Amino acid sequence: MGAGARLGSGLAAFRMIAAMWIRSTMAYRFSFAMTLLANFVVTFFDFVVILLMFSHVEGLGGFDFTEVAFLYGATSTAFGLADLALGQVSRIGRRVRDGTLDTLLVRPAPVLAQVAADRFALRRLGRVTQGLFVLVWALVLVDVDWTVLKVCVVPVMVLSGGVIFGAVMVAGAAFQFWARDAAEVVNSFTYGGNTLLQYPPTIFAKDLVRGVTFVLPLAFVNWLPALYVLDRPYPVDLPFSPSLTAFLPPLVAALCALLAGLCWRAGLRAYRSTGS
Amino acid sequence: MRLYAAVAAGGFRRHSTYRVATAAGIFTNTVFGFVLAFTFIALWDERPNLGGYDKPEALAFVWIGQALLATCGLMGGGGFAEELIERIKTGDIAIDLYRPADLQLWWLAADLGRAAFELVGRGIVPMAVGAFAFDLALPDAAWQWPAFLGSVALGVVVGFAIWFLVALSAFWLMDGAGVVQIAWLCGLFFSGMLLPLTVFPGALGDVARVLPWASMLQVPADVFLGKYTGWGLLKAYGFQAGWAVVLLAAGRGLQLVARRRVVVQGG
Repeated sequence: MGAGARLGSGLAAFRMIAAMWIRSTMAYRFSFAMTLLANFVVTFFDFVVILLMFSHVEGLGGFDFTEVAFLYGATSTAFGLADLALGQVSRIGRRVRDGTLDTLLVRPAPVLAQVAADRFALRRLGRVTQGLFVLVWALVLVDVDWTVLKVCVVPVMVLSGGVIFGAVMVAGAAFQFWARDAAEVVNSFTYGGNTLLQYPPTIFAKDLVRGVTFVLPLAFVNWLPALYVLDRPYPVDLPFSPSLTAFLPPLVAALCALLAGLCWRAGLRAYRSTGS
Repeated sequence: MRLYAAVAAGGFRRHSTYRVATAAGIFTNTVFGFVLAFTFIALWDERPNLGGYDKPEALAFVWIGQALLATCGLMGGGGFAEELIERIKTGDIAIDLYRPADLQLWWLAADLGRAAFELVGRGIVPMAVGAFAFDLALPDAAWQWPAFLGSVALGVVVGFAIWFLVALSAFWLMDGAGVVQIAWLCGLFFSGMLLPLTVFPGALGDVARVLPWASMLQVPADVFLGKYTGWGLLKAYGFQAGWAVVLLAAGRGLQLVARRRVVVQGG
């Protein structure tokens, strides 16, 4: 089977399982409505914190409110998309621990698609909606001299950002094949990364910014492309010019996805059933 | 009484066996501590003395929050709520209900044991890392440490009482996910985890400071920072104890109603 056909069968399996879980979620309608609302509100409260901060100050690290809202909207939407599609892979540690992963291995569908669609949580649309809401609002308010290139950067940034976060989630899940109980470590890169990227890079220590630029390339989710749109310098030196760096996210995202795929394969190959 | 002491000791021992998960938790708390600390530095650079804290106090607040996150069950009640909901959903709760032990006290004892472990296992290291990396305000007087521990203990009981109520809602809703998420959100926001409650403006701040969640982080942190002394300290304890009593009583009431109407699930 070619790579294309395999991808196709994976997506088909994902769609089928996700549709099944959506039907099952709808059986508890009240609970679903509450979780959808809660998801919207949870992420909104994240933003309330930023609003509260700006009720006391004019700017944070030299960035005004609309600029921070722009950063926030971009990373939240990207993270929300990744979380909707792949968030469930973080449950893999539990499946490894209780041995239920074995059931997935014998089914004729790619394991990653099965794990990702397992207990598919449509309520996570709440996060995406909230992120988009802030992003659009910030785009209307923010003071930018729009050019065609800058307009192009925004959607590419959000989509590539989603892929980068998704790759981190899959690589983190693969890591759990070895460290079963370490699901929380992954949270510090996904949720922690999302929190980090909501704020301007200027407020963080330079070494931390270098780390998320050159080691774990989270800066490509929003900081680098957004700072190009906002015409602001990046706090650490980059090997390329800002205008070139702003267009790197799709490339970085593809590379991350490739690496995450390799990690996943290595992890799955290293899997030993608990036998219990 | 001896039974519940044994249950508490069991809770402590049980959680002490999850070594990898504890290490992972410490790592995550530390990462979040760093991210939050930098945002607080930016904020306090612009507005020194915001919320009545100077910068070292604000930074201490961040790391106290990370240290108490697991202990006080600010995010999910240490897993006990999830476990209890699962037992209600599957019907295993029927077995718990005819055990010769009280449901609420049993889970409270287990949760106190868990909290004690998490305070030692997950609290000390992030706090030490924070103190090493940043300039934190630490207590001047020795008595502030036991005073802080007392306040944390009360915060743990309040946290338990809230999560017990949340878990029992599963008797009526069957799927507790929605309520769990709302409780989780309130725990994060109204405890002061994201931003100290003293920074909340106007009426929002006034309301947030008297809600039960304030006793899970804001009050212990203020005790740590020496904001309460003498009668003020007793009043702070009274505030926490008051909420603990009210919420535990509510849990007891809900338990009695649930017991009468319970229709066991599963088969």
